[in-house]
Amino acid sequence: MSVTNVLVCIKRVPDTSGEVLLTEDGQAVDGRYVGFTTSAHESCAIEIAVQVAAATGGEATVLTLGAAEAAEQLRAALSLGCTAATHVEADATGFGPADVAREIAAVVRAHEAEGRRHDLVLLGNDAADSGDFQVGVRLAYELGRPVVAGIATVEVAEGVAVARGEGPTGQETFRLPLPAVVTVLEGGVEPRYPTVSGRMKAKKVAIEQRPPTGAPAGPKRVRLTVPPPVPSQVQVLGEGPETAGAVCDLFESLGVTR
Amino acid sequence: MILVWVETDSEESTEVSLEAVTFARSLSAAGGGVPVDAVVVGDLPAGLGDQLAAYGVRDVHVATGEAFSAYSAAASAAAVQAAQQATGAVVVMAGGTNRGCEVLAHVAARAGVAMAANVVGFEGLAPFVVTRQVVGGAVLEQMLLDERPAVFAVAGHAVEAVPAETAGPGTLRPFAPEIAPADLVTRVVATDERPAGEGGTLKSARVVVGAGRGAGGPDGFAGVLELAELLDGSLGVSRVVTSLGWRPHHEQVGQTGTRISPELYIPCGISGAIQHWAGCASSKVILAINTDAEAPMVTKATYAVIGDMHEVVPAINEELRRRRP
Repeated sequence: MSVTNVLVCIKRVPDTSGEVLLTEDGQAVDGRYVGFTTSAHESCAIEIAVQVAAATGGEATVLTLGAAEAAEQLRAALSLGCTAATHVEADATGFGPADVAREIAAVVRAHEAEGRRHDLVLLGNDAADSGDFQVGVRLAYELGRPVVAGIATVEVAEGVAVARGEGPTGQETFRLPLPAVVTVLEGGVEPRYPTVSGRMKAKKVAIEQRPPTGAPAGPKRVRLTVPPPVPSQVQVLGEGPETAGAVCDLFESLGVTR
Repeated sequence: MILVWVETDSEESTEVSLEAVTFARSLSAAGGGVPVDAVVVGDLPAGLGDQLAAYGVRDVHVATGEAFSAYSAAASAAAVQAAQQATGAVVVMAGGTNRGCEVLAHVAARAGVAMAANVVGFEGLAPFVVTRQVVGGAVLEQMLLDERPAVFAVAGHAVEAVPAETAGPGTLRPFAPEIAPADLVTRVVATDERPAGEGGTLKSARVVVGAGRGAGGPDGFAGVLELAELLDGSLGVSRVVTSLGWRPHHEQVGQTGTRISPELYIPCGISGAIQHWAGCASSKVILAINTDAEAPMVTKATYAVIGDMHEVVPAINEELRRRRP
């Protein structure tokens, strides 16, 4: 079994279970009142990273590009079993997908120069906020590595990553020679919960700090807008089980009954 | 010229690709009638030329060769890029499936240009500014695509697929692009074909019955499952249900699950967080069943019943059975 060191890239995003507000300049979502979390697909990427590292005796490193507060998401990943963390501290809203890919590639190369290789780089398929669907692919081009997107599970054996994901007609299998890049979709693995000892360990890890390598070209964002709320036009059929008749009348008028 | 990468199944173009072609035509009209071409990679379904002609497509560039016998995003992108360079297309677009976004991301990375995902409209041509959904559709972003080609994916169900008033020639133009060995490393090596009637049906179901936290636990789905069966529909659940392990992930409707567009969606005990709304907003009619009359799912619905799903749904099921001939 060849040791596989994994780098998992995560993003701090506003928790959007509540109302969405924008910053005054219309350039970002204001998460101050709703809280922040790790982007959904990346929670699964962290789980895969920890599993692959454990199975091969390798290391799982977590990386983020974001404001100082994004250290919270790094600590969370450390508490789940990642053993090292790197923080490129920057205002993520000024970085476009190509900028982020370039910064991740710079970290991979810098670590390699220090003797720390990242055989497998995992990212989420798309971030819950910016939804760009491309950072992983651009990173692969920066590094000259193969990449597959939309993957549910990854297993590593003998220098090959076997990645599986849902395709249009069924589950598809890819075999990627390492080093490689894989982007993960939620659904293939069950993210674990942190343990108390995991949290304690996470507190002791020194997070490596790196400045961005250059000024970002930016996301080409003109502005963000929240669409005005559509006035509710709901027709309430009634309350409780007594409405069953009215509901079935509706089904019949819509032509959905057998 | 506008070039659309068209995804196909064994018989025809996918609906989402036809939506993208429809979007391309409105862009073409705004741009003084520039031609809309399609590029297809791999096996060509027999009627595809005629189908795309009906949607106003001028030329259908068909990439042929052994390289395309199994899907590889990199190889598909190489073919799309070859077609773009040969035709001088200034716009390259696709339907916003995961695969559509993946191929376009490769195209954009190769061309060294930006790419916009989840596009729902365009604001202007000079400069070219597109409107796209971010934060699961709760926020819109105006994004500048000032490089050529402009590369973007159209959000699924953002526009309705409509045939053109005047059909195009839909001329098939086969070409055999050279594909580098490195682009074939990421080919699909095996596909475990999904049995008919499993998974995938949620996306195309005419009726979807939804269940959320209100189900109460893994045993709380009997009523909604029966309702789905009585209406020949599928069960869809919210993210909290799959996160808690009550139901499998392939049943999830939402930003990180399946995006549905049924004739009728019946969310039961679902509050309607952004994550879920992102997946069900394209439903034609929504009948929400919820104890909370102020829940976003209720206020955004077409119809609502205020009440406990565990009381309301069995009553509906009983009435449906009673009315059966």
